Amino acid sequence: MLGLNSKDQKLFLVVIVVTLLAPFILNPFPENSELAQFNAGYPDLMQRFAIFGIFAIGFNILFGLTGYLSFGHAAFLGVGSYAGVWMLKLLSMNVVPAIIMSVIFAGLFSLLVGFVSLRRSGIYFSILTLAFAQMSFALAYSVLTPITNGETGLQLALDDPRILGVSQIDGSIPPTNFFGLEMRDGFELALGPWVFTLNFGYYLCAVFVLGAFYLSMRIFNSPFGMMLRAIKTNQTRLPYTGMNPKPYTLAAFVISGMYAGLAGGLMVAMDPLAGAERMQWTASGEVVLMTILGGAGTLLGPLLGAGVIKYFENIFSKINDTILYEWFSFMPDGLQDVFVFLIHPFIGKGWHLTLGIMFMLVVIFLPGGVVEGGQRFMRLFKRGDKGSKSSGDAARSASPAE
Amino acid sequence: MDAIILQVLNGLDKGSAYALIALGLTLIFGTLGVVNFAHGALFMLGAFCAVTLNVILNTSYETIDPDRTDFLGNPLKVETPYIFDWFGPEVGGAMIEWSVPLAILFAIPIMVVIGLSMERGLIKYFYHRPHADQILVTFGLAIVLQEIVKYFYGANPIPTPAPAGLVGSFDFGVLLGFEPGSIIYPNWRLIYFVFAAVIIGALFAFLRFTTFGMVVRAGMADRETVGLLGINIDKRFTIMFAIAACVAGLAGVMYTPINSPNYHMGMDFLVLSFVVVVVGGMGSLAGAVAAGFLLGVLESFASMAQVVDLFPGINQIIIYLVAIIILLTRPRGLMGRKGVMED
Amino acid sequence: MGILEISGVNKRFGGLKALDDVNLDIAAGTVHAIIGPNGAGKSTLLNCLVGRLEPDSGSVSFNGHSLLGVKAHQINQFGVSRVFQTPEIFGDLTLLENVMIPAFTKRDGAFKLNAWPSVDGESEVRDQALFYLEEVNLAGKAQVRADEMSRGDKRRLELAMCLIQDPKLLLLDEPTAGMSRADTNDTIDLLKKIGEEFNITKVIIEHDMHVVFSLAKKVSVMAQGTVIVEGAPNEIKGDERVQEAYLGGAHL
Repeated sequence: MLGLNSKDQKLFLVVIVVTLLAPFILNPFPENSELAQFNAGYPDLMQRFAIFGIFAIGFNILFGLTGYLSFGHAAFLGVGSYAGVWMLKLLSMNVVPAIIMSVIFAGLFSLLVGFVSLRRSGIYFSILTLAFAQMSFALAYSVLTPITNGETGLQLALDDPRILGVSQIDGSIPPTNFFGLEMRDGFELALGPWVFTLNFGYYLCAVFVLGAFYLSMRIFNSPFGMMLRAIKTNQTRLPYTGMNPKPYTLAAFVISGMYAGLAGGLMVAMDPLAGAERMQWTASGEVVLMTILGGAGTLLGPLLGAGVIKYFENIFSKINDTILYEWFSFMPDGLQDVFVFLIHPFIGKGWHLTLGIMFMLVVIFLPGGVVEGGQRFMRLFKRGDKGSKSSGDAARSASPAE
Repeated sequence: MDAIILQVLNGLDKGSAYALIALGLTLIFGTLGVVNFAHGALFMLGAFCAVTLNVILNTSYETIDPDRTDFLGNPLKVETPYIFDWFGPEVGGAMIEWSVPLAILFAIPIMVVIGLSMERGLIKYFYHRPHADQILVTFGLAIVLQEIVKYFYGANPIPTPAPAGLVGSFDFGVLLGFEPGSIIYPNWRLIYFVFAAVIIGALFAFLRFTTFGMVVRAGMADRETVGLLGINIDKRFTIMFAIAACVAGLAGVMYTPINSPNYHMGMDFLVLSFVVVVVGGMGSLAGAVAAGFLLGVLESFASMAQVVDLFPGINQIIIYLVAIIILLTRPRGLMGRKGVMED
Repeated sequence: MGILEISGVNKRFGGLKALDDVNLDIAAGTVHAIIGPNGAGKSTLLNCLVGRLEPDSGSVSFNGHSLLGVKAHQINQFGVSRVFQTPEIFGDLTLLENVMIPAFTKRDGAFKLNAWPSVDGESEVRDQALFYLEEVNLAGKAQVRADEMSRGDKRRLELAMCLIQDPKLLLLDEPTAGMSRADTNDTIDLLKKIGEEFNITKVIIEHDMHVVFSLAKKVSVMAQGTVIVEGAPNEIKGDERVQEAYLGGAHL
């Protein structure tokens, strides 16, 4: 079915179900309970899960399969965002042309950057992509201000032309929509003490993330995907098997750039503004973190990594000392203080510290990311079921026949 | 002519910082084969050594001066740094005044300890891992280090002035026979350049004229053979890591009066320093120094009003642009050795 | 008219003349060995044939195509496959995948954005790959990661990767280098068997006389960058110039 083997079909089915039911799954705690702060089922956060999921899935097609570590992918996301906002400004508030233009512009830009950067490999490639991204960032911040609106960021305005739409409705900027369905629309579903928000914007993102995931599964399982994995494992052999590695890596680079553009386009579809900081190299670092944390070269890894990072970013940065004191209120006063003191640096604004530590631990102890961790964990239960393959099984889910 | 000299001078201090950081990066790469994305963080830690020393020296206790009153008529509270009691107000005051140069002495042992523990505690486990893994783990470490600093010192830049006696400017105009005042250059930047030159010179002399340095250079060229000679090359490489950390740290200490340190200064410099290393040629010490100064000066020229008028924004991207051009035309950089990282 | 014609090829590295007016004519369907002491220029010559190096002057033509300035992957597409001195395989992939890759490049050319169909659906290519794995006695290990195999097995795998392309010319760069006597004999047997089953012109660069005399129909001896003697193995054996080049006068 769908051109997938049975294992991938199951995986895809699980991803579909989880994605569609996310507003429920991510809101397990009743609205008024103390644990409600751990809920993640609100539109803004779920949209970010999907958008960064797409970004990471795309990045993984390049890094996970070919092993080329790009440190400049945020530039494509940024270019996509700018293109998207311009479509919203010039054409209409319908998100479809915006998203299409985001993908096209990011694709063209990645073609240019990839064509140049891929003339080198290894660390040189990483530095070249980094240099391009930093250059784009600097330009967006300074000279290109007429296009990017510099430091302030590109926003919608009341006097935008919007040829196919209206400039303003009752003195305010019209909301983004999908053929009339507004992104911010949705409804709340109250079931007893639980409240679930079903948001149209999220479901649009969900459709895209499922499409992006499905496409990446096809690529992983295709002869093209196999060639990309061959590039990762031995560059010396390739030309002598009659293959030209350049167009393959370039294709992977552009595909992942277009994924980044799609993510950028969805970002502006949900929240119509674009800023230069989206292109900074730390933003590129973030998508690397997501992919590695989840498991580079695996199908599910990037999606998981994006989810984990965005979830913890949101939750950890919300927790403050007051909440900590509540948690540890069962302890004697002195001990309570000690615990709060110890945890304090890692929460709230200290979230990046937690992220950095988490990331180091993963690279040191679990190079295969969360997915490998899960597999090891499963293997503990399924003893005696040791396959001949030792590590990174998921990476090889593309291998024909079981 | 005087404008050109001024731009060259302006480029030298930034170039010095690039060169010092890049030197450490390329040294670590050449000896240990590790791509260290945390090297910028070491520069930042050095700068915060200076900040810390300043805070320590200024640690005061409060007394009430019965003879004086504040404007409300209450007895005046006076803060007296502890070192005033220990060394007397004059020496103590001078110490506070000269805290940045003093911080060099303070920073050396700290940076050595940080360098050693970093190499022994983390980096050594990554010798045989792919470069991508090295980049990633040191990138993670850089985040951790800068977040720790942010936790203690906050996100805002902390002004750390140079000693008052060195704050003025030097008039090169008079010295070189131009109009007085045509080339005015802050003293501290001059000091920074001289300092960088001394450190670079000392490091090169150390590598060239000592047995230790000879072994290290031999190890950089061919690690296996040196190992076969029964020389414990790993131990020497560990020490080189500490030295590289120290160089980056000192570069940071001395940079504090030029730019008030903040927690992300390391990352900003890291990206540029990497570009410098690549331009100079991965694993080439002389290349790193040459490229550091070259790019610093180039950046300064690109910032001239006349140039920016002609090519708007060029000052922002010149370094990257040069790096891209050099990487494409001379893949090994200006002075790169053959066979380094060409896989 | 040979399938591979090399005439007047020169190559310098700085002051060193690595190849000095090399002329070679390799007839279709034969097994041609190139032997010679270390530094004779054998590897340089091979690299000039596969697109890794470009000769300073002279001409190399294969089956009517000039190979000068042609990229390695294009030369392969003309029908030239090679094995390396140390087997070069795709270590992270399974044996089956290793053999399928050259089959795909043979079928699809140097690049094809074949990203939608599944590898599972390519039963023809897979059957072909399994067939060639069988040929080199590796069928049982089709799903094993290539890195996990012994050196001898890697050599067999590499041969399968070449054979599946049905090459017109197979270049073997010291196919038994670093192997034990037993492994060497196995490899000789395998190459003989392949020679009987598939009619492929082979050029073997070799050190080991035992291998040369077991396999080659014709031998060219190189020394100091040029071909000094050419002939059938038996003729070569007694030739004084060869002994001179190899042993400085001592007898073989």
